[in-house]
Amino acid sequence: MFVFLVRRLFQAVMVMLAVAFIAFLMFRYLGDPVNNIVSQDATQEQREEVRQRLHLDDPMIMQYGRFVANAAQGDFGMSYRNSRPVSALLAERLPATAELVLVAALLSLVLGIPLGIYTALKPRGILSQGLQILSLIGISLPTFVTGILLILIFSVWLGWLPSFGRGEVIDIGWWSTGFLTLSGIKALILPSFMLCLFQLTLIMRLVRAEMMEVLRADYIKFAKARGLRNKTIHFRHALKNTLIPVVTIFGLQLGGLIAFAIITETVFQWPGMGALFIQAVNFTDVPVMAAYLVMVSLIFVIINTSVDLLYNVIDPRLRADPTRASGRGA
Amino acid sequence: MRKLLLAASTAFLVQFSAPAFAAEHTLRYASAGDIYGLDPQSTTDSFSINFLMHIYEPLVRYNRELKIEPALATSWEIVKPDVIRYKLRQGVKFHDGSDFTADDVVMSLMRATDDKSPIKGNLPALKSVEKIDDYTVELHLSGPTPLLNNYLTNIAIFDAQWLEKNNGVKPVNAEVGEEGYTTTHANGTGPFKLESRRPDAQTVLTANEGWWDKPEHNLTKIVHTPISSDATRVAALLSGEVDVITPSPLQDAKRIAGSPGTKVLESPGLRTIMMNFNMRDKLADGNVEGNPFKDARVRKAVYLAINMDLVRDKIMRGKSRNAGMLVAPEVPGFDEKLNQRFPYDTAAAKALLAEAGYPDGFQFNMNCPNDAYVNDEEVCQAMTAMLAQVGLNAKLVTEGRTLHFKKAQEGQADMFMLGWATLPMLDGFSVLSAMLHSPEGKLGTWNPGGYKNAKVDELTKKIDVELDEAKRRQMMAEAFAISEEEVAWLPLHQQPLSWAVRDNVEVVQTPDDLLRLWYARIK
Repeated sequence: MFVFLVRRLFQAVMVMLAVAFIAFLMFRYLGDPVNNIVSQDATQEQREEVRQRLHLDDPMIMQYGRFVANAAQGDFGMSYRNSRPVSALLAERLPATAELVLVAALLSLVLGIPLGIYTALKPRGILSQGLQILSLIGISLPTFVTGILLILIFSVWLGWLPSFGRGEVIDIGWWSTGFLTLSGIKALILPSFMLCLFQLTLIMRLVRAEMMEVLRADYIKFAKARGLRNKTIHFRHALKNTLIPVVTIFGLQLGGLIAFAIITETVFQWPGMGALFIQAVNFTDVPVMAAYLVMVSLIFVIINTSVDLLYNVIDPRLRADPTRASGRGA
Repeated sequence: MRKLLLAASTAFLVQFSAPAFAAEHTLRYASAGDIYGLDPQSTTDSFSINFLMHIYEPLVRYNRELKIEPALATSWEIVKPDVIRYKLRQGVKFHDGSDFTADDVVMSLMRATDDKSPIKGNLPALKSVEKIDDYTVELHLSGPTPLLNNYLTNIAIFDAQWLEKNNGVKPVNAEVGEEGYTTTHANGTGPFKLESRRPDAQTVLTANEGWWDKPEHNLTKIVHTPISSDATRVAALLSGEVDVITPSPLQDAKRIAGSPGTKVLESPGLRTIMMNFNMRDKLADGNVEGNPFKDARVRKAVYLAINMDLVRDKIMRGKSRNAGMLVAPEVPGFDEKLNQRFPYDTAAAKALLAEAGYPDGFQFNMNCPNDAYVNDEEVCQAMTAMLAQVGLNAKLVTEGRTLHFKKAQEGQADMFMLGWATLPMLDGFSVLSAMLHSPEGKLGTWNPGGYKNAKVDELTKKIDVELDEAKRRQMMAEAFAISEEEVAWLPLHQQPLSWAVRDNVEVVQTPDDLLRLWYARIK
């Protein structure tokens, strides 16, 4: 177990280094941040001065080396745009993204699993078929379109829910939470629904397929033969075995939620890390982009590692053979 | 059904929010981007500076006609051509209660022109500031500076003690890696006080009851939210969650105007859109030897081939204003006589090309941004098609603004698009010094094409130090006339400004596209 974690830690560092390297390779194609920093009619000397001050005239490999060396000491530099430390900016935005992703993840489970079970148990019902069609739409519609549709219906037409922002937030230490105010909770509904829609349909379809598979298994027939109640069979025996792949997929998709949050945050002006990243891209704010990408890669590694560990716990067959679990790629 | 629902929901909102307004007069404002920070001397972004001028104030400011009027300074006189004396307003208090005096002006102006200051360029020519008494200062300049007051409208005045106490005497220095107190706190003399700020989410200002000026606004509170997505910003206005949006997307104008309770405010802006010509020895991406654009006849042929009426009517939905000059009518230096475009004439264009030795045209590249100006990409596509009709093969390259301006500055374009509002200077000299003077030190910084005319250069240098306004205008007209005759740049149009408000909100739409909420009223 310890060896497994150390190995994972090493892999994580390598992944982050590689991500940062690729990021720095790409940054120079994004344009010149100097034009965004100086005034429009700044002289060539002023431009050069800023370029030197920010070390933008150094070769890419040196810029990368400096970033890694500083990052190792916990210093991600200063944002060109906001002239504030990048770590402070990310920490400020983290609660917004974390709460959004958390709610979206919970929604996808809380809605996805029961709907999946329902459609599995009553595959020919009208409601099931309707849900199936809806889920197909949910999976194929681009998320930003869904977002705009949601805004149109619930904000513009009905006027029930806010079209942007987090509502009122309350600070608990450095963490700002929207869970404690009515406007904060209302503001969460549309963005989290937009964000979870894809996972929701995925989980629903997965649960349905798995459940139908399991219901055909021999032990379910035996359970029926024993005269157990349907409820017991479905929820005690069938569902448990259905959930193993669901947990895996869910874990892996959690990273996807964080990545997709960029689009949701842009559509709903959600002040999270994704919105920060998009702004940084528009401004060519290199320190913010680099730090964000590294951080997201770290989150991905952590999630994948946790899923592997969890997989070990849930599936007893794997516990006997730890090398198999640790062999999964990051 | 949709209309009905919309009407119902709006009626519902208006009904329920009206009592709150009557008591409070909160104006909720959404713009496309957020301010970069709270320090008005840390950025040259005109949106940020203008927003922060609700909290801070300059010595002199623009009024609703964009004319300069006294703010923290009450009067000024020229002691010597390079020494200007300002009388300061007495009885002004900062939001934290301390008095405004000459010390504050000295420290603020020196901070703005510090070597490390990002806005040093916004206040050129200032050498030192001398305190004469508590309410008089003298500005010592490196030479006569006719536009000094224009520059000063952009320089916010801090409280000297507040800066000293919070380690803010020097400008915020990004390279040191520490956060400046002024980036996250504010203390000015302006019409509004900072109540709270969450970057990229919400900034709340409250009216400053102790403001020295008689407020023309009737607001008690401003809640500003950046909403970057156009569709969401419009939705927020239509659903009644915000009262003002800037900008309002052109394509949604009809929808906003047709919805009950909201209206669109449109007018031509200051920003003149134009095309630069590469006049270096070789084309960046051409199929002929040398560079045809060095020949004024070729440049004029390009000019004659562009049908701006068509661009205005078809692409800009009739909202733009075609330009013959490189500056807008509101900018000092504008001259109606010079604003006549050469008429659209493809036959004459072809004749000019033939005369210059290119009867079959030639190939070159044309670089355009796709996110910098209103319908920038569409305008360029239309121009490419129009140029093709006279045999010119413009290879269109469209990119995001950061890449576009980088390539333009580096001379990778044969023609490129640029918009110039002359801000923060708000004077025709801005165009002469940055775009028409040949590249030389501080001059010609946006003349990568390398246009050079000795007479224009000479006039520009004279205009820079001419204190007599009539003579200055006359020289500007002369320089603009020469550059127009030579088609130094190809002027296109002033793009429209588009804002949208709820019906009960009155704002002043100045052509510089900056929302001054100290003129806003809620009915």
